Parts: sequence; structure tokens; C-alpha cells
Amino acid sequence: MSLETALSKPPRVINIGLDVFALELQAAGVPVIHVDWRPPAAGDPRLLALLERLEGDDEE
Amino acid sequence: MTVRAANAEALRRLLAAEPVLTDCVSAVEAIGLEPGVVLHAGPPIGWQVMCAPVQGAIVGALRYEGWASSEADALELVARGGVRLEPCHHRGAVGPMAGIITRSMPVFVLENRAFGNRACATINEGLGRVLRFGANDETVLARLAWLRDEAGPLLGKALRRSGGIELRTLMAQALQMGDEMHQRNVAASSLFVRALLPSLVREGTGAALERLTDFLAGNDQFFLNLAMAAAKAATDSLLGIPGSTVVAAMARNGAEFGIRVAGCGARWFTAPVNTPEGFFFPGFGPTDANPDLGDSAIVETLGLGGMAMAASPGAARFVGAGGVAEALRITEEMREITLGEHPYFRIPAQGDRGAPVGIDVRRVVTTGITPLINTGIAGRKAGVGQVGAGVVRAPFGCFTAALEALAADDG
Repeated sequence: MSLETALSKPPRVINIGLDVFALELQAAGVPVIHVDWRPPAAGDPRLLALLERLEGDDEE
Repeated sequence: MTVRAANAEALRRLLAAEPVLTDCVSAVEAIGLEPGVVLHAGPPIGWQVMCAPVQGAIVGALRYEGWASSEADALELVARGGVRLEPCHHRGAVGPMAGIITRSMPVFVLENRAFGNRACATINEGLGRVLRFGANDETVLARLAWLRDEAGPLLGKALRRSGGIELRTLMAQALQMGDEMHQRNVAASSLFVRALLPSLVREGTGAALERLTDFLAGNDQFFLNLAMAAAKAATDSLLGIPGSTVVAAMARNGAEFGIRVAGCGARWFTAPVNTPEGFFFPGFGPTDANPDLGDSAIVETLGLGGMAMAASPGAARFVGAGGVAEALRITEEMREITLGEHPYFRIPAQGDRGAPVGIDVRRVVTTGITPLINTGIAGRKAGVGQVGAGVVRAPFGCFTAALEALAADDG
């Protein structure tokens, strides 16, 4: 799809993560689907390593 | 055993539990409580850091047992080490709010007929000035004496005559009738009285029977303690499944929130408690709220209470968590941190899906979603009583601490 074609129609938006973007778009009358997503363990590398160790056990 | 296999076993035990209420006897008879021992709610805690309602309740219990003749006498007894404080959970028991149990108090006895273990809980005292909120005046002590001398023995006789009351079916029915069995127990309490009545009227007579039936009919939350004991009987069967990351207990002592995990046995993982938010009774506000307190979060451990909010829009409104839509959303959120659905505890408003059960430490840490607990809100000052009802989150720190221990054990 060319840029001209994409911009010639109303946007259809899927928002992932912070809901503030979805709320702003909704307030402006733009249809938006919000996906409540957060990085696993809030991105904490120490917790991710612990989780990986326990999750890995499931794969044995 | 892999984590997956260990968790499958934990979930199997949770869902297979068959709690049967068999008796009501003194705590010394049920669990062998020794003189000088005072059981309290939550993980272990020392006197100095206990909140005022728990200290007030302990003072009341010492006077009730005759181990102290006055408040000053009770405080002196504690100060010279004459009292041994232990969590209810360490003795196979649970108690709401302060959760105080001493040896002459009557306790309900439940058997988990699927696995043979037992659990106990005190008799719910009703609302107003009661020991579990730290009140310890003469009316409180007189009610405790009546429970010990008249109500408890009569309940015991009726239960023995009945041959035991199977609680899983009763609780499943109550959930269908709008209870979540933490902040709403009116259906479960009614069903319990109905089940007990034929035996009760054959064992009791005259004024004693009238006093007990008045007491039962006047307390919508009577069943809370039984729901807690049923959950305790179910969740205790999980302790000691190597490698399992399923939560086996959640409890609060007013300072710390503690969890136990199936793979770590009796060990507690604690973090500072949060303070509940919600609906306050007239004349009270957030500054009157005591931090989170009581063993009652054991019902959430079994998928009831806040976990099953969708079953009870009435409770959702009462605890200030919104109406039907919010109740449905909360239970959906709890499904993200649980491993299964309860085959008996079904929620009509969610297409009869089972309540979310089997809280997985890994899922809590991964998602950042912590269990939501429905709770009464105790006044900060001893003896004020319940000042409201609300919701509170289990603190994240309990789950990261448990994850670290599980990973360390995993080698």
C-alpha cells in the first residue's frame, strides 16, 4: 500500500502497551483497539534470568 | 520432576480437595494448644511490631483465658516472655483479622477427605466490637465465654449428629447465588444453617437453642471462617511438592504479607503489606484504615474472594471496586496469573467458567499482576472494629522472593 493510499482513509489503530496513546486517540474520535501489554517481569534482567531457569525446566 | 509436572500435581490436589465440616471442639482438643500459646494471623511476627488491633486482641485473649486479670497484667505477662506467639498457619488453623486463637476457644474442625489432612478455624463472632478487630471489653469477653460454654459445644453436638457437612457443594452453590465468600457470605451462611438445622434442633433446647439460632441468623459473615478453613484444608495438601511454583497460602499480620509456595514447604516469603482501599462506613475514612490484616486471603488462594469477583457484583460494589463490568474484568485479570479453573466453583456471568485457581509465582512475576484480595478494613485503633471494606493487592515482593528461592532450589 502506498503512502498516499494509506493516508487517504481514516486510520485504524492498534495500540500496544501504554494506554495513554489509545486514550488520546479515542478522545480525538479515532477508533482504536488497545492491547494491555507489558514487558515480561517489567524488563528486569535478573528476574528474567530466574524465570528462564524455571521455564527451561518445563522443556526437559 | 519438572516444574510443569509439579504444578500439575499441585493443581490436581487443589481441585480434588473435599472439605467436610465434622466438629466444633476446643483448640486444645483440636490442635493441642498449650497454655501460654497465642496464635495470630499471618506470617510470624513479634509483639513490638504488631499493629494495635492485634495487640488489643491478644490482651483480650489473655484476660479471657484467665492468664491475666487486667490489661496492665496482660502487658506485663507479654513483656516478661510469658506468652508464645505463633501463626495460626503453623498449627493447621486460620483466623480472620487478628486471628487470635487460644486453647479454650472453640474451633471448627474440617477434614479434607481427598487427602486426609485437617484444618481449623474459630467461630465468627459477628460484627461490631469483637476480638478479631482488637476489642477486648467485658462484652467481648462475655461473648467469647458464651461461645466456649454454650454455642461451641452445641454446634459440636449438632455437627457430630449430622455426620459432617460437605462444604465443597455448599460453596459451589453459594458462588452461584452471588457470594464470593470473602466479603459476601450471606448465601453460604444461609445454606450452612439450612444444612445444620435438622441436627441443631434435635440437640439443642430452650434458651440455649434460641440464643444460638439468633446468633446464626444475625451474622451474614458467619460462613467466612468456614470458607477459610475449607481453603486451608485444600491448600495445605500442596505443601511439599518439589519444584511446584503454585501458591499454597497467602496471609497478613498487619505489618507483612506472607505467601507459602508448594515447592518450598512451610517457608514464608514476605513483604510489607499494603493498606486496603475501598468503601468506608459513615464517620470513617482512609486515615482510619489499618494496614492489611488476617488469614482470610486463604480464600483467594483457592480462587474465591477477589479472584472470583465476577461471581459477586454485590461484593464488588460493597468493596468499592465498581459494578458488574469491573467485577468481570478483575476475574479475567486473575486468570492471567492462574493455572486452572475450578471444576466445582463456577461463575454464571462468565459462561459458567470455573473460578481462576492455582496462582503461579512465575506468572505473577512475568505479568506484574498480583492477586487481588477482597477484605474488611479494620480500624487502626484497637477495638474500633470494622471501618469499611475494600480491595488490596498482594505485594509483588513476596513473589520475587519466592521466585528466587524456587530458582535456587532448581539448582
